[in-house]
Amino acid sequence: MTSNVSVEQNIINGFLRLDRMPHIWCAGCGIGSAVGCLIKAIHRDGLDPDKIAVVSGIGCSGRAAGYLRLDSFHTTHGRALPFATGLKLGNPELNVVVFSGDGDLVAIGGNHLIHTARRNMDMTVICINNFNYGMTGGQLGPTTPVDARSTTSPYGNIETPFNIPYLAAASGATYVARWTVLHARQLERSIAEAMIKPGFSFIEVISPCPALYGRMNKQPQGLDTMHEYQERSIVRDGADTRDVDITFDGPIVVGKFIDIERPTFWDHYRQLLDRVGGKEN
Amino acid sequence: MSEDGVLCGTFFMNGDVACAEGAISAGCRFFAGYPITPATEVAERMSERLPHVGGIYIQMEDEIASMNAILGASWAGMKAMTATSGPGFSLMMENLGLGVMLETPCVVVNIQRAGPSTGLPTLPAHADMMQARWGSHGSYEIIALVPSSPQEIFDLTITAFNLSEIYRVPVLVMSDEAVGHMSEKVVISSISPEELSNRRRPTVAPEQYLPYKADGDLVPPMAIAGEGYRFHVTGLTHDEKGYPAMTAEAQDKLVRRLVDKIRLNRRDIIRYDEVDVEDAEVVVCAYGITARIARLAVQQARDSGIRAGLLRLITVWPFAEERIMELAQRVKAFVVPELNYGQIVLEVERCAAGRATTLLVPHMGGSVHLPETILKAIKEVVQ
Repeated sequence: MTSNVSVEQNIINGFLRLDRMPHIWCAGCGIGSAVGCLIKAIHRDGLDPDKIAVVSGIGCSGRAAGYLRLDSFHTTHGRALPFATGLKLGNPELNVVVFSGDGDLVAIGGNHLIHTARRNMDMTVICINNFNYGMTGGQLGPTTPVDARSTTSPYGNIETPFNIPYLAAASGATYVARWTVLHARQLERSIAEAMIKPGFSFIEVISPCPALYGRMNKQPQGLDTMHEYQERSIVRDGADTRDVDITFDGPIVVGKFIDIERPTFWDHYRQLLDRVGGKEN
Repeated sequence: MSEDGVLCGTFFMNGDVACAEGAISAGCRFFAGYPITPATEVAERMSERLPHVGGIYIQMEDEIASMNAILGASWAGMKAMTATSGPGFSLMMENLGLGVMLETPCVVVNIQRAGPSTGLPTLPAHADMMQARWGSHGSYEIIALVPSSPQEIFDLTITAFNLSEIYRVPVLVMSDEAVGHMSEKVVISSISPEELSNRRRPTVAPEQYLPYKADGDLVPPMAIAGEGYRFHVTGLTHDEKGYPAMTAEAQDKLVRRLVDKIRLNRRDIIRYDEVDVEDAEVVVCAYGITARIARLAVQQARDSGIRAGLLRLITVWPFAEERIMELAQRVKAFVVPELNYGQIVLEVERCAAGRATTLLVPHMGGSVHLPETILKAIKEVVQ
């Protein structure tokens, strides 16, 4: 008898570079679950895998591109979005997914994030937020909650973190959602929606980092963090993104926050071509 | 103008505009840039022209983004370019290295101004010549061309695209403010498809394709996104599959190939021209706007009975070392006027290896050499 689990696993395996296994992610890390949701979303949408390109920056999440059996680009730290912009404009038929981490997309790549959203560049961004820099050993990031410990905030973080959905929405993203990796079904659905929606879609994925952030903040097992997500998460679709800040131990508001229509960069470019009598390549 | 919107005819245009037109003639259909003096006119021209030739202009949020956007566009199959000046060139360095590592054809134009830092934004220099060679971290080789006139920046921009497509490497057009802002006659003849090079594409089925398996010329065929090859590329050291390979052996194999594909093909890449070098006892080695002034100085030296010649470098990287070595066997001295405090002179000195004297004629930028200054140096070395 074929169980649902193995059917699902077969779908996932078809999209993985199995010759690259085992992956580098720690036991209990949430990135692999998010990759699984991406694959299932592609499958759910019935998209042609040959027309999907994945771009990652640097960091633990940045390794996702390397494990996906798709056209995939592992670029430099923070620069996945402008690279993806060139790729998308170079071939507008590509369905471009940026899969990277909070440090990559929001700190070093923060400027690109706001501008790519402003242009409403047609792509889907999956931003894994594990509240610290994992690859380098657990340093303070732009998302580290106040008071949380990291290897560079050993006495507790004093900086106000970014509320990423608010940042993305204010910058012009037309689809903004946040889920934890515990919310696998909802996350899969959101990615599936985002990938077929024209425009800049941004999905924040709250993810355990047991080896580093968890260990330093009293959640040494991935499962501890998943229990926390269960206790702290509040599903609130359509929530005002100004109200979805994440604190050290307060509620984590999840849901689909923004789903609006706005012409994309490419829509505007086509209009420009019509206006000036230009031509499409 | 021809039917496809590519210019054809005789024009009066400045170097920046000629550069943009050269790119369009070369088949460039993607430009990402950020305004910066004195390169802005390249972006302006591209923003005006690209919509009419089926291309895309996008103004990015900074030069880091511009560099990455052209890499992305290249992987989507476009011929892509950006243009900048010193400060922006500095910002591009990390991802120029990504272009080298992923072996991405693209062209980066640097209309040089005087530095360090903000320096003299509206005035010329050639002080980024070593940065062009060594600016990104790691061991690599790059191709850099230096035009001396608007006509030549047009021609060399086409050459730059051709070399970048053949060798799968970012090619730098290292011009300067004087050439960029100088208006002269530019003759644009219609360019046949045979004159344009295109990256070699894989001929094997996707399941057999190894993105970084190179043939004899050390340049692997390049798949582009969306065609079913489902390849992976990474800025990490990688094997022939394109997969990360964190070993000294993989590093050795990859870096040797990245460097050797340029070094071993240098005879195909290196370009220079010479005036009165055959019987010269002193050779002025110059490039860019300075070469035009040097030419006058060489003429004046000849008029006063000194056997002077001019070696004008067109390719600065890879460096024309064999030619300098040959000349060093028989000339008395090299005079190297530069719009910096001594960069390419170090290469000339290295190649001359003590066989001929080398004299730097530095100018810190902000204006250009006077011919008399170069003439004085020529006279000094033959005494």
